[in-house]
Amino acid sequence: MNTLLNCILFLPAAGAVVLLLVPRQQPAAIRGLALGVSIVTFLLSLVLPFRFSEQTAGMQFVTDRSWIDSLSIRYHVGVDGISLFLVLLVTFLSILCVLISWRSIQEHTKEFFFFLLLLETGTLGVFVSVDLFLFYVFWEVSLIPMYFLIGVWGHERRVYAALKFFLYTLFGSLLMLVAIIWLYNLSGTFDSQRILSAIASGTLVLSRTQQIWLFLAFFIAFAVKVPLFPLHTWLPDAHVEAPTAGSVMLAGVLLKMGTYGLLRFCLPLFPYAARELASAISVLAVVGIIYGGLVAMVQPNLKKLIAYTSVSHLGFVVLGIFSFHQTAVEGAVYQMINHGISTGALFLMVGMIYERRHSHFIRDMGGLATPAPALAVFFMITSLSSIGLPLLNNFVGEFLILLGVWQVRSLYAVLAATGVVLAVIYMLWMYQRVFLGEVRPENQNMPDLDRLEKGILLPTVFLMLLLGVCSPFFLRKMDASTLSILERVGGSEIHVQDDSPENQQRQAVRLMAPRNPAFSPLPKDERSGETVSGIAY
Amino acid sequence: MWLIPILPLLGAALNGLWGKRLSLRGIAAIAVGAVACSFLLALIACFSLGDAARMESYFPWIAGADFHVDFNLYLDPLSAVMSLVVTGVGLLIHIYSIGYMSGEKGVHRFFAYMNLFLFFMLTLVLAGNYLLLLVGWEGVGLCSYLLIGYYFRREDAADAGKKAFIVTRLGDLGFLLGLIVLYTTFGSLDFPVIFAEAAQFPVDSDGSGVLTLIGLLLLAGAVGKSAQIPLYIWLPDAMLGPTPVSALIHAATMVTAGVYIIARSSPIYVQAPEALLVVAVIGCITALYAATIGILQTDIKRILAYSTISQLGYMVMACGVGAFGAAVFHLMTHAFFKALLFLGAGSVIHAMGGEQDIRKMGGLRKKIPITFWTFLFASLALIGAFPFAGFFSKDEILWRTFTSSTGAGPLFWVIALLTAGLTAVYIGRLVFLTFFGESRADPEVASHIHESPKVMTVPLIVLAVLSLIGGWIGWPQFLGGSNHFEHWLEPVLAAPAAAHAAGKESIEFLLMGLSLAMAALGVYIAYYLFLKRREAADRLAQASGGIYRLLLNKYYVDEIYRFLFVKPLILGSTEVLWKTLDVKAIDGTVNLAARATRGFGDTLRKIQSGNIRSYAGWVVIGALLLIGFMVTVAA
Repeated sequence: MNTLLNCILFLPAAGAVVLLLVPRQQPAAIRGLALGVSIVTFLLSLVLPFRFSEQTAGMQFVTDRSWIDSLSIRYHVGVDGISLFLVLLVTFLSILCVLISWRSIQEHTKEFFFFLLLLETGTLGVFVSVDLFLFYVFWEVSLIPMYFLIGVWGHERRVYAALKFFLYTLFGSLLMLVAIIWLYNLSGTFDSQRILSAIASGTLVLSRTQQIWLFLAFFIAFAVKVPLFPLHTWLPDAHVEAPTAGSVMLAGVLLKMGTYGLLRFCLPLFPYAARELASAISVLAVVGIIYGGLVAMVQPNLKKLIAYTSVSHLGFVVLGIFSFHQTAVEGAVYQMINHGISTGALFLMVGMIYERRHSHFIRDMGGLATPAPALAVFFMITSLSSIGLPLLNNFVGEFLILLGVWQVRSLYAVLAATGVVLAVIYMLWMYQRVFLGEVRPENQNMPDLDRLEKGILLPTVFLMLLLGVCSPFFLRKMDASTLSILERVGGSEIHVQDDSPENQQRQAVRLMAPRNPAFSPLPKDERSGETVSGIAY
Repeated sequence: MWLIPILPLLGAALNGLWGKRLSLRGIAAIAVGAVACSFLLALIACFSLGDAARMESYFPWIAGADFHVDFNLYLDPLSAVMSLVVTGVGLLIHIYSIGYMSGEKGVHRFFAYMNLFLFFMLTLVLAGNYLLLLVGWEGVGLCSYLLIGYYFRREDAADAGKKAFIVTRLGDLGFLLGLIVLYTTFGSLDFPVIFAEAAQFPVDSDGSGVLTLIGLLLLAGAVGKSAQIPLYIWLPDAMLGPTPVSALIHAATMVTAGVYIIARSSPIYVQAPEALLVVAVIGCITALYAATIGILQTDIKRILAYSTISQLGYMVMACGVGAFGAAVFHLMTHAFFKALLFLGAGSVIHAMGGEQDIRKMGGLRKKIPITFWTFLFASLALIGAFPFAGFFSKDEILWRTFTSSTGAGPLFWVIALLTAGLTAVYIGRLVFLTFFGESRADPEVASHIHESPKVMTVPLIVLAVLSLIGGWIGWPQFLGGSNHFEHWLEPVLAAPAAAHAAGKESIEFLLMGLSLAMAALGVYIAYYLFLKRREAADRLAQASGGIYRLLLNKYYVDEIYRFLFVKPLILGSTEVLWKTLDVKAIDGTVNLAARATRGFGDTLRKIQSGNIRSYAGWVVIGALLLIGFMVTVAA
């Protein structure tokens, strides 16, 4: 029983309940309470990385007790190197979401913050659940508040977008539910750790066909959430109609639930299926990277543009995960966090622009750098982060992903790398049309950022720099966990796949080249690419 | 050593955050002071360098799984030369900018960007591994983008900045992949490790090996950054930035990063002769190609831009024939005289009240004498007149090209010589049209022409002196010198085997004479056409109509690219991908599924009609089916 993690998990929900008791006439108290709860949650979660042990691959801060005995459903939560920083991401973005809604939400304030806090608990639960049933419960809990956030506080076509979002993801998650129940029937438990050890010890054997079907059911649920091409069309609509806080949570956190699920469940539970389908999924990921970039480029609506960039960026993450190469997988986890921060910040700023201009259309902007220089600077830095400029966060993730993927599927890495060029095109072109050029007369007197808004954006920029410069602090904590997952996938086949001409050439050259040990500053096994990847499997 | 790049970063941060509240004097003091300190530190570092290279490691930057890379800096003669050029020329240009930019709005922004640029440029040249080099590499690209678009209210300036960023990023794609191949091949990105291991590789003679691949991928990055064919198109447009920016970034430092990376990677390139040949060919063609365009341009800065492309082609070609030392030498002298040309052009523009068209100038020699004389020095250095700096470096390149082991050496040499002639023609035309003859300016403008203030002319004079004597450290041996420069660089730069085995002094002397004669001829042609007999130039233009128009329109390359790449990309993305595939096909399918479900539900709903008799009917049908089923199963 770990009090810390349980506190983090349920504090927002408890706050939400208390919120209901506050009289509706006191919006200030409601906001204050929501802010206080989210800050305390964040501070608590901040303790996690410092008490986290880098050595163990397993769950830490674990609580594992029976919940519904008759069905052997357990309340089993914990954090490992993969979920650790995702938890922090959720608690961090939640504060920003409360702050950005401080003034913009004037109607039904109480309900808004209630749902926002509930959403926080739901998403946190997804990242810490070990028991599959518990996971499913939190998965759905996160869906409902989001539905209301879009449907009630959204823009013009909010009902359509909310319904589309809800049905789309529900369709996927019902398939997952079926798979979870099937898995329960086969194994007699919902607890993923117990299932994994049963598989490892050989007491549970999933046939190849079973694996494929189970994998697909989970995969579709997660792929919708990611969203992976071609299951992405709910995303632009949902983003465009969602209020700012909704967009931030959606892009920053909810999409990661998909990629997290792929890594946490699809890979280790169904390794055969994962290996079989990895190539096909990688194709979809690469298509998503390029397609998302191209379509983003021509969007006239800022929010839609950023939504499509998410398709592109999350394609990188999926590509990294399904390379089964540890470098790429760590890059993918890193990229989940990066994307949450950068895209979250972009949506925050688009929200700020909207409050001033009441439009999301690029054609209504133009020359905003003149009346709002501070906004322009923040937007520039965030755009650069999104583009993957070195010293900022996204570069680290993208580079690691490409580095790992190259060693497994070189061609895919090359194609994915073109996404980096596309990113420059769509971001800079958008930036130019929004901020540069002669200022339009109706934007002449647009107010610049005030203190609150600067206060919201500063931490995001700080994190972009921190993640871009001090990556070992984060990456080292992922080593053990990613390794253990990849061991379960069983990567021995991967080297067989690696028969690209370059690699063969490399091997040949290596055989020919006499090695001079005097020139090696590192121990031999750390130096050569082949043996290094060998460690991972 | 880390202070060298960090100081400008501090300057940038100070000016960027609080510059708004400072006076011009305060802003300039911070910016110039930071650069001056870095320059001094770089000087100290160079003199204390001695023979050995120095590597300083600070803290791990990326470390996860099996990948590890540090923040580390590397000082050897090559990076020492580069950092001296960067800080030295940078310092002069910063001082010049105080005068040039006074009166502009947002000077603090300008100086913050300039300092930031120097930070990244120094990171680039001092980096101890390829990934940190990439930091500088991308960073200078960013600053270039910001500074080209400094006048961001102008649509064309913003366009030019964006174009520069995107086009160079295309090359960076290759660079990034190059790094990945480097890492997977060598298991490290640190220079000493890679170079030591690369030397152990067999020479990749048929061009199918991994070293050739690396060489070509790195070359892609260099082609983008150093504005070589086919990615040179961004540089002429980049001239829309303030003139000191053109001098610093687009002439002296950033654009030479491509040459630097090739020279830095020389241990890899010498093992990959095929890649090196591609380098030489690209450089050679670019040198000639850009020079031909330069002849007919009318904007003073654009002429210089094409000249820069052409000279960069020279350096790249020098690398390609294995003369890395000569390339770096030319890089240095070019930094002096080309920075001076740009600053001089800036002074001219300043004097003319913003006019950049050389057809509207003329006779400025008397009115702005300091600018004229310094400009003349730089021009002489550019065409390679003895004993100006350019003479030594250019001659070195020509000589090394001629004697190179590639086999195509003499062919490259002929093209390079031709380029030298063309160079003399376009710079001669520029000087004659600008400074000689009658004034063609509006009387209104002409009456205001004045020499620039001291803060601008002093850097000009310093650079003029450097353009004269800067080449003397590379005084060739057969003229009684000792070529200190290249001997100093020798331990760093690998040389292809048997590169300068052949070569008699008499031939070298002959070649030198030829190149001087070529330059003189070029200057005479320019003099004849553009000063003495201007109508002859017009007649020539008419006589060669097609070629003239082709050159005037820069071979229509921008238009071709637009037609081939930009338009299809945008149209295809809008019409095919977004409006058809995304909205109609994918989302249409989803909505169709939703509608079908609803239709199905509607149909089913009709069963629940509330009509007792129809319910009874359903019950009967159900019962019959059930009985039928039981009967068949029982049977």
